[in-house]
Amino acid sequence: MSGTIPLVDYLVLDPEPHLVANECTNCKAKFFDRRNACASCGHTDFDKATVPTNGEVRAFTIVSFAAPGIPVPFVAAVVDCEGTSVRANLINVEPDAEHVQLGMKVHLATYPMGTDDEGTEAIAFGFEPLGG
Amino acid sequence: MAGEDLWILGISMTKFGKHPDKDTLDLATEAALGALGDGGVEMRQMQVLASGNLMAAAAGIGQQLQKQIGQTGIPVYNVTNACATGATAVRVVAMAIKAGEADMGLAVGVEKLAGAGLLAGGARKQDGEAWTPSGRYGAVAALDGRVGTETMPGVFAQVGMEYGHRYGGTSFELFAKISEKNHGHSTLNPKAAYTKAMSAEQIMGDIMIAYPNTRPMCSANCDGAAAAVVVSDAALKRLSPEQRRRAVKISASILTTDPWEEACQILPDVNTLTRNAAKQAYEQAGVGPEDLDLVELHDCFATAELVHYDNLMLCEQGGAVDFFNSGAPFRDGSMPVNVSGGLESKGHPIAATGIANLYELATHLRGEAGDRQIEGARVGLAHVIGLGSACGVHILEKAA
Repeated sequence: MSGTIPLVDYLVLDPEPHLVANECTNCKAKFFDRRNACASCGHTDFDKATVPTNGEVRAFTIVSFAAPGIPVPFVAAVVDCEGTSVRANLINVEPDAEHVQLGMKVHLATYPMGTDDEGTEAIAFGFEPLGG
Repeated sequence: MAGEDLWILGISMTKFGKHPDKDTLDLATEAALGALGDGGVEMRQMQVLASGNLMAAAAGIGQQLQKQIGQTGIPVYNVTNACATGATAVRVVAMAIKAGEADMGLAVGVEKLAGAGLLAGGARKQDGEAWTPSGRYGAVAALDGRVGTETMPGVFAQVGMEYGHRYGGTSFELFAKISEKNHGHSTLNPKAAYTKAMSAEQIMGDIMIAYPNTRPMCSANCDGAAAAVVVSDAALKRLSPEQRRRAVKISASILTTDPWEEACQILPDVNTLTRNAAKQAYEQAGVGPEDLDLVELHDCFATAELVHYDNLMLCEQGGAVDFFNSGAPFRDGSMPVNVSGGLESKGHPIAATGIANLYELATHLRGEAGDRQIEGARVGLAHVIGLGSACGVHILEKAA
């Protein structure tokens, strides 16, 4: 079988790539992991909420030293997507302090990260600078 | 503090650094016997033991320590709470005394960490294996390095950068200067792992780990132990004038975790729980930040020290950069911070750290800090944070 599979289950590839959060039906707190209950209010019911694909870099670091097998340097960041914070790498940008700036406007982007023995291609996501 | 006062009767720390010839029990023994001797008491007088250790948390270091220094049958609590483990051990003894179950107890924190390298962050699987979603994110591959970073230098780099985004004024050089301060302070501390002054230029030119944190801006993994004997007011009154004279009052002992806020599960929020702990500690002690003569705060990275000036309310909200630039946190400034050298140079043997910073305060409050003495020190605050998160804040005061 061939096809594609997202890196994480909260990355939805069709029709256009976007992120989906688990949103508490009671207090609207958003989470990206599988939930047992809401950490904010304790309720156990969640809806799916689409996360805006445009955002602003609220924090970043350029990682030059990581665990074995992880290519460096890479830019890790917190992106504020219109009120929902997302953890992601910044991609398609030079990983240095001249090109990456706090407050930079970015947009969700995807890239293929490899194909397994069954021909399935995994698709990862990051955020790239908006409008070059 | 509600109920009767608590006191540190005796306190001790090993030299931090590489101890290839000593195992965990050797270090724990040195600190424990040091604290008991410092307080003029013996193991058989202790009614509770709290033992902190992170890297061998399942090993029961508390009971192993008893088997070396005294199996007296008292309850042992083996505690772990990330980098707040040592402070948690002290809290456990304090709670036992406040609960009336003991009036003298021993808290120990010990870690063998020399050469440990990066903490957290995972290696990747082999190529070719079928992509199979697993875990709470349904991930088909390890996320460290693909969806941000899980390593501590990178997490805390973002904490400092986020502060800069919110309030402005931060730069690579500013963070390097904070590190320069602590390395400068360490030259006066014979128990620090590293005691070499470094210029901001040297620090900026060193190996980059996670921008803006270079290697000397990261806490030093090393071996070490620290221990404290905590006693009730009633127990202290039974002791000699000399023991009472050197006792240091625990005016506040607080532990918090992070309350839920937007983004707190994206990038750990080390701010809110620290601010909450500080507020509670000032209230419990009946003092304010302006009353502090010295502060030992959790500079696990230079980027972290900046935000904790603000979180501990040593400056006005948003004013941490100006606070640093004013010279206040230098040892000759108005609010000396990390005169021990901090985690960046004194070292960070995780479970020992939260007791070693109490040792630093107590040593100054007793007027026994030698070349690095902050003259006339009467009140000090110690802060640790363990990612996950847990925050310990203690306020100590010189005996009246």
